[in-house]
Amino acid sequence: MKLTGRKIYKGEATGEALVTKDSISFYGGVDPETGVVVEKGHELEGISINEKILVFPSGKGSTVGSYVIYQMAMTGKGPKALVLNDCEAIVAVGTIISEIPCVDQIDVSKIETGMKLYVDGTNGVVEII
Amino acid sequence: MELTREEQDMAAGKYGKATQTAMDILITLGEIYGAEKLIDITSVQIAGVSYANLNEPGLSWLENMAQDGKVRVFTTLNPAGMDLEEWRKLAISEEFAENQQRVIEAFGRLGVITTCSCTPYLYGNLPAYGQHISWSESSAVCYANSVLGAKTNREGGPSALSAALVGKTPEYGFHLEENRQPELTVEVKCEVKDTYRFGALGKVLGDRFGKKITYITGIPKASVEELKSFCASYATYGGVALFHMKDITPNRVNKVPDTVETVTEEDMKKALGDLDDETEIDFISLGCPHASLKELEYIAKKLEGKSINPKKEVWITTARPTKQIADRMGFTKLIEDSGAKIAADTCCVVAPIKGRFHGLASDSAKMCYYGSGRNKFAVKLMSMDECLEEALS
Repeated sequence: MKLTGRKIYKGEATGEALVTKDSISFYGGVDPETGVVVEKGHELEGISINEKILVFPSGKGSTVGSYVIYQMAMTGKGPKALVLNDCEAIVAVGTIISEIPCVDQIDVSKIETGMKLYVDGTNGVVEII
Repeated sequence: MELTREEQDMAAGKYGKATQTAMDILITLGEIYGAEKLIDITSVQIAGVSYANLNEPGLSWLENMAQDGKVRVFTTLNPAGMDLEEWRKLAISEEFAENQQRVIEAFGRLGVITTCSCTPYLYGNLPAYGQHISWSESSAVCYANSVLGAKTNREGGPSALSAALVGKTPEYGFHLEENRQPELTVEVKCEVKDTYRFGALGKVLGDRFGKKITYITGIPKASVEELKSFCASYATYGGVALFHMKDITPNRVNKVPDTVETVTEEDMKKALGDLDDETEIDFISLGCPHASLKELEYIAKKLEGKSINPKKEVWITTARPTKQIADRMGFTKLIEDSGAKIAADTCCVVAPIKGRFHGLASDSAKMCYYGSGRNKFAVKLMSMDECLEEALS
């Protein structure tokens, strides 16, 4: 199945989906040294986003979050790609400076954790394979 | 977005790698928010300076940008994680100091003026009414839009730096007149004076109305110090970038909103009560946002000839130029002879002080928010006089 959305940042990635219905604050909500979600009560608390294609509704919280995404990417602890309903500035800037493929305006309810995804950031397409 | 030939060349990398990355960021943001073009800006304020927040990756990104990047407009900088000259008196580690200096050097290479203050409008970066600017630092964004009548969105560190490197910002949000009109009238039915009560009012409004643009009535007068405290708090609790205050702020209001809400003394008491933990105070923080010259003079006179309790630490954070004039006027000596410390270039929101103290008193509602959230302190919001009495007792 092919889902068409909007390009946020170019590039391609193939990997396993990690899906949450909760928004993510990268600053304070994710441990940049491990890639594990640490926000109390978050659906993904204790789970690593490293090497996953992270599928979530939106970003939230401090603008320092952009640097956290960058830090994870530089140390190899980051996700392979990001797929969102609605990408706001913090996440967008984070993916641009980190060069992580990112697509938004995707109906994320069609994707389940564990599905294999192909993300084509350049054309704004997410394929369930 | 429609780009000029020069902008297309910047995006294609003809002006270097840093400018290309900057254009990438601006174009993406412009497309997300539906901007039709980029517009010229007259100044930039960059946040994200403390090494405690940037860490090594943030610093290495800045150093990369500094390889071939230079700002194209007047650009000033937010507070760092320490006093750049007297960091030892604040018990900052050698390692942190070294890394913080690398951050400042990277900004210097980028052509950023390293003012290290959250109140750029007091230190030479004062936009005129109606000018388009690109600022980060939420309190300064709120002050510039609302009190000065300049026009800026709430930028993050990288997007503000990008705007500085290109000299432009995408035209959306608060740059457009139609997005600057009030949505809600708020009648303040109680007396509001002093920085701490203006901060409490910011919390009341931010908690209740979030980002809605308010038209506030019932405030007969407000000083610069009270307004900077209010802006800091309102932006912290509500994420607010713009408000209107009857007879005080200069922006044009086409129509006073029909929907009316009220703020009473009860609301103020509740906000003050939320920031009144049971605790022994061991840390008093004044100067959030950065203390003005008037505030330093006031504090110096209050502390003259007195000694603060040696078990308590008092930091008065301010900008370097204010500190230099305070030195000349003898205010610094009066303050430091009492045992209190003036910390320039830095602020208690971004300094690495987690775990060093337990109970914080401040006249700033913003400081209380970050004191309890980021640093896990118990907090008490008090007037400046009460903070100084607490320090002396």
